[in-house]
Amino acid sequence: MKAIIYIVCTFLSIFFFWELAVRLANPPPYILPTPHSVLVSFKENSMLIYEHSLVTIVEILIGLTIGIILGMITALTLEIFVTARLILRPLLIFSQSIPVFAIAPLLTLWLGYGILSKVVMAILIIYFPVTSAFHDGLSQTPKQYLDLAKTMRGTNRRNLLYLKIPHSIPSLCSGIKLASVYAPIGAVIGEWVGSSQGLGYLMILANGRVKTDLMFASLFTLGILSISLFGLISYLLQISLSKYLKA
Amino acid sequence: MMSSTSPSIELVGSVRSESEVLFGDLQLAVKANQWTCLLGSSGIGKSTILRLIAGLPTHVKLDGSIKSNDHLPISNRVSYMAQNDLLIPWATISDNVSLGNKLRGEKFSSEKKLKIIEKVGLMDHKKKYPFQLSGGQRQRAALARTLMENTPIVLLDEPFGSLDSNTREEMIDLTFESLKGKTVLFVTHDPHEAARLCESIYILGRQKTASNNCLKPPFPKTYSDKLVFDLQYSLLEKIKSNRS
Repeated sequence: MKAIIYIVCTFLSIFFFWELAVRLANPPPYILPTPHSVLVSFKENSMLIYEHSLVTIVEILIGLTIGIILGMITALTLEIFVTARLILRPLLIFSQSIPVFAIAPLLTLWLGYGILSKVVMAILIIYFPVTSAFHDGLSQTPKQYLDLAKTMRGTNRRNLLYLKIPHSIPSLCSGIKLASVYAPIGAVIGEWVGSSQGLGYLMILANGRVKTDLMFASLFTLGILSISLFGLISYLLQISLSKYLKA
Repeated sequence: MMSSTSPSIELVGSVRSESEVLFGDLQLAVKANQWTCLLGSSGIGKSTILRLIAGLPTHVKLDGSIKSNDHLPISNRVSYMAQNDLLIPWATISDNVSLGNKLRGEKFSSEKKLKIIEKVGLMDHKKKYPFQLSGGQRQRAALARTLMENTPIVLLDEPFGSLDSNTREEMIDLTFESLKGKTVLFVTHDPHEAARLCESIYILGRQKTASNNCLKPPFPKTYSDKLVFDLQYSLLEKIKSNRS
């Protein structure tokens, strides 16, 4: 509760000083609008923002789901098959040295202007954090547990199911939370590069028409969406997996 | 399912790591139905010998053999209990007790499990998680897990090491009583525990591993037994001389 009050106060004071600064310095509104005019623009365009938000939310949720599933499958494959570890891991690390931004135009070229290229963008950006976090958890299962399992003559499959996977759930959760922060970035980058709908598209559009207040309204909407998504996912993970997450 | 008679085990040979010889000429006879103690200062490699017998990976190589008197494999009828209780933090005490059954994918009698949990005095705690228990209770749970495995050979790696003295007393009695009829190899650095519990005692040393005089049955001896103190003293002297 105290934390929420602090955050609200921080934002209110930022908005206050922003409003104050703009009123004193009086820059042209297309350079920096006041928070007040952003709010007005948000009200006037609320339907527009809502429609474009829906598109972005759908992209994010599909990308997040597929990206998390793919990441988990990859991590399990890396853990189970030594050969996969030798071949895939260098490949994965190499793929991370290419900035995702750089391949966004390619994705648009290959997959078109629709939702697919944005979903793939989101998948690409969250796939590695999920894989890496989950695999770290799996491979860091304490040796003592595995020794105990060996004296108990546990099978590899059951050791994975009852020891390694439960042990890696906290790391997997960190990976998923990270993914929920990255996924909106992926979707919006995709929309910037080429699209006809979505919050990213709306931002580019507003920017091009010098409607900076709409641009800010979209930006704040995206921010609130991302934070809500992160909060929701953290909460869901916490209540559904609490027994794996406590010390 | 598992052979009910406990075998005796003989370990003969030398143990070396890449850089040094740990034990030059080792001859251990772990007799059936009694406690055998490996005594030695910390870091000498007591646990390594347990790992060799349990068939767990080690950093050493054994030139020699580990055999049982019934010529059956050893590592698949061993259970292991260490100073660290190794309880799975996300599973209840009850689920921890039957972990072995779960990992082998075999059915088990929950009646038997409850009996064991009752025996170690954790009936009121069986639905709790390990972090909700005290150190002594956790070690009891580890004992219950070992009893649930019901293997003829039990390897104990300083299982009382982290307990306070009251809890330790209770735990020693309970463990000794409940492991009757099994072949127990007990690793400790505490000569007092060795004297009280073991019918054979080996003092591990780099150059030689000596078999030592022990007290006569019945075991366990009481904490204040004068003979225990005498033996403890002479064991301590030998550990010291072995180290130098």
